[in-house]
Amino acid sequence: MREGRIGFLNKPPHKPYIFRFASIHGFKQLLSDNFSHNQPILQEKALIATYTPDQTPALESESFNGDWEGQLESLLARGRSAGADLIEIFLEQTDHLGVLAEQDAITSVNPSFGRGAGIRVFLGERDGFVSTNDVSKAGLDKALEEALAMLGLQVNGAINSSFEGLKTLQDFAIEKRNWFKNCPELQEASEHLLNGTSLLEQYGKHLQVRRGSYARDWQEVLVAASDGTFGRDIRLHQSVGLNVLAADGDHRSSIGRRYGTSNKPDDLRQWNAEASAREVCESAGIMLYADYVDAGQMPAVLANRFGGVIFHEACGHLLETTQIERCTTPFADKINESIAHEAVTAIDEGLTDEAFGSVSMDDEGMESQRTVLIENGVLKRFISDRAGELRTGHPRTGSGRRQGHTFAAASRMRNTYIAAGPHTPEALIESIDHGLYCKSMGGGSVGPTGQFNFSVEEGYLINNGKLTKPVKGATLIGEAKEVMPRISMCANDLELAAGFCGSVSGSIFVTVGQPHIKVDSITVGGR
Amino acid sequence: MNIQQPSPTIGLNCHALSDKLNQFAKTEGIRQWDLGAACSNDSSVQVDRGEAKQMKGSQRSSITVRVWNDQGLIGITSTSDLTDAGLGKALRLARQASDFGNPSDVPAFSPQAKAPLPDLHRPLRPSQGIKRLLEMLKQAEADLLGRHPSILTVPYNGLAEASYEQIYLNSEGALRQMKRTQASIYLYARAEENGRKPRSGGAVRLALGSQDLDLSGCIQEAADCTISHLDYKPIQTGNYLVCFTPDAILDLLGAFSSMVNARAVLDGVSLSQRESLGSTIAVPFLTLHDNGLHPSHIGASAFDGEGTPTRKLCLIDGGRLESFLHSEATARAFGVAPTGHAGLGAKVSVGPDWFEVSTTEGASSGSNLHHQKTKEPFVLIEGLNALHAGVKASQGSFSLPFDGWLVNQGEKISIEAATVAGDIRTLLNSIIHIEPDSVIRPGGISPHVWVEGLSITGEA
Repeated sequence: MREGRIGFLNKPPHKPYIFRFASIHGFKQLLSDNFSHNQPILQEKALIATYTPDQTPALESESFNGDWEGQLESLLARGRSAGADLIEIFLEQTDHLGVLAEQDAITSVNPSFGRGAGIRVFLGERDGFVSTNDVSKAGLDKALEEALAMLGLQVNGAINSSFEGLKTLQDFAIEKRNWFKNCPELQEASEHLLNGTSLLEQYGKHLQVRRGSYARDWQEVLVAASDGTFGRDIRLHQSVGLNVLAADGDHRSSIGRRYGTSNKPDDLRQWNAEASAREVCESAGIMLYADYVDAGQMPAVLANRFGGVIFHEACGHLLETTQIERCTTPFADKINESIAHEAVTAIDEGLTDEAFGSVSMDDEGMESQRTVLIENGVLKRFISDRAGELRTGHPRTGSGRRQGHTFAAASRMRNTYIAAGPHTPEALIESIDHGLYCKSMGGGSVGPTGQFNFSVEEGYLINNGKLTKPVKGATLIGEAKEVMPRISMCANDLELAAGFCGSVSGSIFVTVGQPHIKVDSITVGGR
Repeated sequence: MNIQQPSPTIGLNCHALSDKLNQFAKTEGIRQWDLGAACSNDSSVQVDRGEAKQMKGSQRSSITVRVWNDQGLIGITSTSDLTDAGLGKALRLARQASDFGNPSDVPAFSPQAKAPLPDLHRPLRPSQGIKRLLEMLKQAEADLLGRHPSILTVPYNGLAEASYEQIYLNSEGALRQMKRTQASIYLYARAEENGRKPRSGGAVRLALGSQDLDLSGCIQEAADCTISHLDYKPIQTGNYLVCFTPDAILDLLGAFSSMVNARAVLDGVSLSQRESLGSTIAVPFLTLHDNGLHPSHIGASAFDGEGTPTRKLCLIDGGRLESFLHSEATARAFGVAPTGHAGLGAKVSVGPDWFEVSTTEGASSGSNLHHQKTKEPFVLIEGLNALHAGVKASQGSFSLPFDGWLVNQGEKISIEAATVAGDIRTLLNSIIHIEPDSVIRPGGISPHVWVEGLSITGEA
């Protein structure tokens, strides 16, 4: 299980950001920290109800599989005949379940499902993209025509193109067809969550709100393109989290942890609710009486796991080819040059075992690969997608990703982390006279000039090489070019954490990670 | 039966949808249900230095159906699959989910789901088509690039037009339907001068149709903003007199809207409690309304997710907490009428529509501070960033990066990088002036608001 956290989005989507979990509600957005209300009694019925979930997210006949080859080839051939350089079709069906437990009751069960298609047409370096919920033949024909028309192209009657047909289907889903039905049913999920909120009650003090939530996202995708690409995959993401709000007089602390994996139907069954509840309660208890941090410039040690948000915001986004296209990265011409301290090696990995950001193939049908971005401080590679390769010349890295069929793919991170170094975490702390230890991080973002920020949920002052009092309310800010050379020490305790990353192609599952790292100097915003 | 009309624009056939749901419900033995549906058709373009970068179009539709089972418990399912099979499955899943409904908090139909709707004058504007959008955006980009030699790119830009339809139906015969159109443009420029760090600035405009967009205003604001940040300095850490622009104060109040949210109050995560109503939470010259019906609110809807009519609601009057935002369920719990701020769910969310900040009628701060005239030094906060990470709504605290200027003797120097931190309760009681002139922004309407003694962290 990996760590994550709950947050909400209310900023325009022009700046890439990361947060640990998002929830979108019907017509309006809940603006209340995603906590919810007091329900004093265990909802007995929830535990004894006979639930027979519709465990067939798609009938075999409705599955997006090799049976679509003929229809897709016809669409692709027509697109090429119309004069497009390349056509890509992305078919998707999804099935989502969200369950919320508050205090000792299940208070919300939210199933949803859907189907849709996105068709992208390239002509030179331009592209047109159309998405639709209508995956009938007529719906797809219309979408293709609209995408072509955007580029001034028109379907003509004759099939006369150099399109040579699709390659043999690369089917990554064969071994995954039972994943969905092997996930916990609603009753079992409810039991796990209620056990979690009960453990919070057992271990916490001054808890005003106890909350557990579970989300399961199943997705089947089929990608076909006129260069012959033909791939199919099934993805399964599950996450479970505990949150509390502790209150004692004027003191308040809201603490949460969210854990997520991919491709692991048993995920919830193996969740260590006891350890999660203890961790959340301990943190809430400490932070309840913490002082606000004093502002200033100081060295900082960032803990492993979600501490990796610093690399994600300060550097990762700036290594996406979308940033080169927009001229918003300072690293565009720095390949084989030093951009970080020699202690830093950073990797973006497509298929880390069970990690939240893992994909067997990307959303453009390219098989996953491991990409070393920075090696001993030297920039080696950018994160690239199909359009990135076309427009910047950087070869694709299997990183074309999108939230769903309503977004065109873009170069995005997957499982991105700083590699382990030689030091112990204690050695990093001992090297600092006065500074900040960031044990738990919140979300962050990066702007078009490379200025990044992220919040610290749980921090401690470092004095004379030792951790002292807890502090809250810190926001760390800086600029990518300046902070990367200041990461001077990496510990030997690499761990990963789950999160959601929002950017040009929507909100996607990602992993961040790092060992404990030391930043020689950073601006700590506080009071 | 055709649920999605084969229209070149948009259209859900609500009568067909209602008939279909009634038919499925009867088959499943479901006596009570309601449904929210939405569909949209939109086009958008992005450009890059005179060339089309990406053009997008989408047709989307979705429904959320709720059913009440024989025990009166509620279940819900959402889907974008509007085929017969999809609708049938949605109803079936909602029925199954109702076995897990929460007996302590069962939403009911809004008592106002059939009440007359307010007259919301929002004429539908015809689509101009993607080619016209592209021409307009290319011209806007060229115009912005020509405003200053340091503006080299407009990395984030977009022009979009969309038509929407929203429906609410229930098994007691309520039928709400609303169509609207909307267009938007955003331009965020990046500028760089020799030996200095890159700076950025931008602007957004909304309108009912793309032909109504204030392109020149958007270009001018984006250019002015970007240019004003070229000359920057770090700021010394300390406590400052701060003036929030309308955008910034609206963003901050929105991030802490759980203070006026009945759902959050009932959930125990609001800074307010039931008994907070009537108490003083801000300076006596601050008044706050939520007004989803304001003529300048482009995205206005005549009804909420439960079919309750939208209305103007006074939240804070003269610094006094007057009322909360409600759904049907929270209103019932408080013994008041729903206010038209609900979503649609098994547990119904509540949220604001469009804030109006103003000086209380007959009250005055006694100050004449003005962001363009005041000579004493102050920090002008243009926009707050990373609210998703830096706001702790249930604790009242915030620590946020911002864009802005240090203004001294009328001279504006952009602040290189800084954060502002504080507590919303303290801030509301530390407001020392609200300027007389209100400014309409995409997120609401507000004058500039002055606050004393806010903590700012800089890199000087």
